[in-house]
Amino acid sequence: MNRLKSGEVNLGTSIMAVQFDKGVVIGADSRTTTGSYIANRVTDKLTHVHDRIYCSDTQAVADIVHNYLQLYTQIHGAHPPVSSAAGMFQDICYDNKDALSAGIIVAGWDKEVGPSVYNIPLGGGLFRQPWAIGGSGSTYVYGYCDATYQDGWGRDETVEFVKNTLSLAMARDGSSGGVIRMCVITEDGVERLFVPGDKLPKFWEGREVLSGPVKKSVEPAAMAIE
Amino acid sequence: MDHFPTNWGRPRNDAFDAYATYPIHQRPYNGPKDSFADGVQRTQQPIVTGTSVLAIKYKDGVMMAADNLASYGSLARFKDVQRLHQVGNYTVIGAGGDMSDFQYIQYILEELSIDEISAQDGHELGPVEIHEYMSQLMYARRSKMNPLWNSLLIGGFKDGKRFLSYVDLLGTTYSASTLATGYGAFIAQPLLRKAVEGREDVITEEEARKILEDSLRVLFYRDARSLNKFQIAAISSAGVSISDSMQLDTAWSFAENIRGYGAQTQ
Repeated sequence: MNRLKSGEVNLGTSIMAVQFDKGVVIGADSRTTTGSYIANRVTDKLTHVHDRIYCSDTQAVADIVHNYLQLYTQIHGAHPPVSSAAGMFQDICYDNKDALSAGIIVAGWDKEVGPSVYNIPLGGGLFRQPWAIGGSGSTYVYGYCDATYQDGWGRDETVEFVKNTLSLAMARDGSSGGVIRMCVITEDGVERLFVPGDKLPKFWEGREVLSGPVKKSVEPAAMAIE
Repeated sequence: MDHFPTNWGRPRNDAFDAYATYPIHQRPYNGPKDSFADGVQRTQQPIVTGTSVLAIKYKDGVMMAADNLASYGSLARFKDVQRLHQVGNYTVIGAGGDMSDFQYIQYILEELSIDEISAQDGHELGPVEIHEYMSQLMYARRSKMNPLWNSLLIGGFKDGKRFLSYVDLLGTTYSASTLATGYGAFIAQPLLRKAVEGREDVITEEEARKILEDSLRVLFYRDARSLNKFQIAAISSAGVSISDSMQLDTAWSFAENIRGYGAQTQ
């Protein structure tokens, strides 16, 4: 949660970003909780910091980086590379590491490198990865992601991967839920995808709870007397 | 005293207590114990928990609803748990709070039912008796600082009369024509009251079901420890009937065009 700006506390979430040949897919759930009350069930956690760079919702920090990236664009006359945006996030997170507890994922496309995903966990380190997961819900899906991810996927397979992973996380984590929002970021633009809460992929939901037949109280049977 | 002549007159170690004389042997004490003397406290914290239970009185009896989730903190751990339990032919008890304590309560009530049957005195346990028993039990445990960490709704129909009451880990009890525990007490209770109060003898079974479903839907939207899989129990002159698991329709399509948290348009 961010303490730089007061506002809703986004405790708990499920976010991820995955790189593929032509771009990146960044996705998130839509639940904002204060304790166990769902303050917003339809949050948009995919924050635009630049036309081809999105990050996971960190509000205060994202506003600052958005500002810096707008300046960059004006000064350099060109779109900023994702690595620069990630570096800006890292500086803020590292320098304020005691005040912030935000795990940020930055994903986007730039001309120099193509697609990239950066993970900036709590300490303020910077880690580039082909796929990154974060938030409280991510702990439940490390196994699924490790077992499923393959290099060399195209757009559709990557979107499936993100959708399935987030569904699994949302099914188990109480602090995640609602709808799945995804952005597919490529050279040509950003495509927003939306999966409503009643259309999420379903996995094992626990066995069917069938209540037993109505229990009649046992009628005492008289003993046979010899 | 050393009994062994071969040790007499030889160096000895008085520091070694050969006959275990210290500490002095205490005789066992089986008399009344003061739990507070040791400062022993057994108040626990709930671990695997269930969330809200809702119940209303309707024309033919009482209807109760609860979801099928047992959470482990924020983890939705067990998704096929029955939190509505039938006791005898006339009562249903619904529990929120610690699920292990609820399983213990189910065991105790089973024993109680068996005792009642074997008494063969022509009486049967109804919701009034179950509630009285539970409220004594819960208050007694609370007074020993070892509560059963639950909030329970007890609903039933016997001898033409509807019954609906609440009892919790503190031994607090109350009764009304609409009751709810957990988040339900904040979110669902106003909805239940609006729909039911004054009309208990008019509401049909279908309408009662709809009222409970609407409340469960709001709870699924707003309670982060709830699940969209639930059961409804109806107790009437026809007896007790606990439904199979059901799922609710939910509305999400309005969210498709929401962007950002403030000024963002993309």
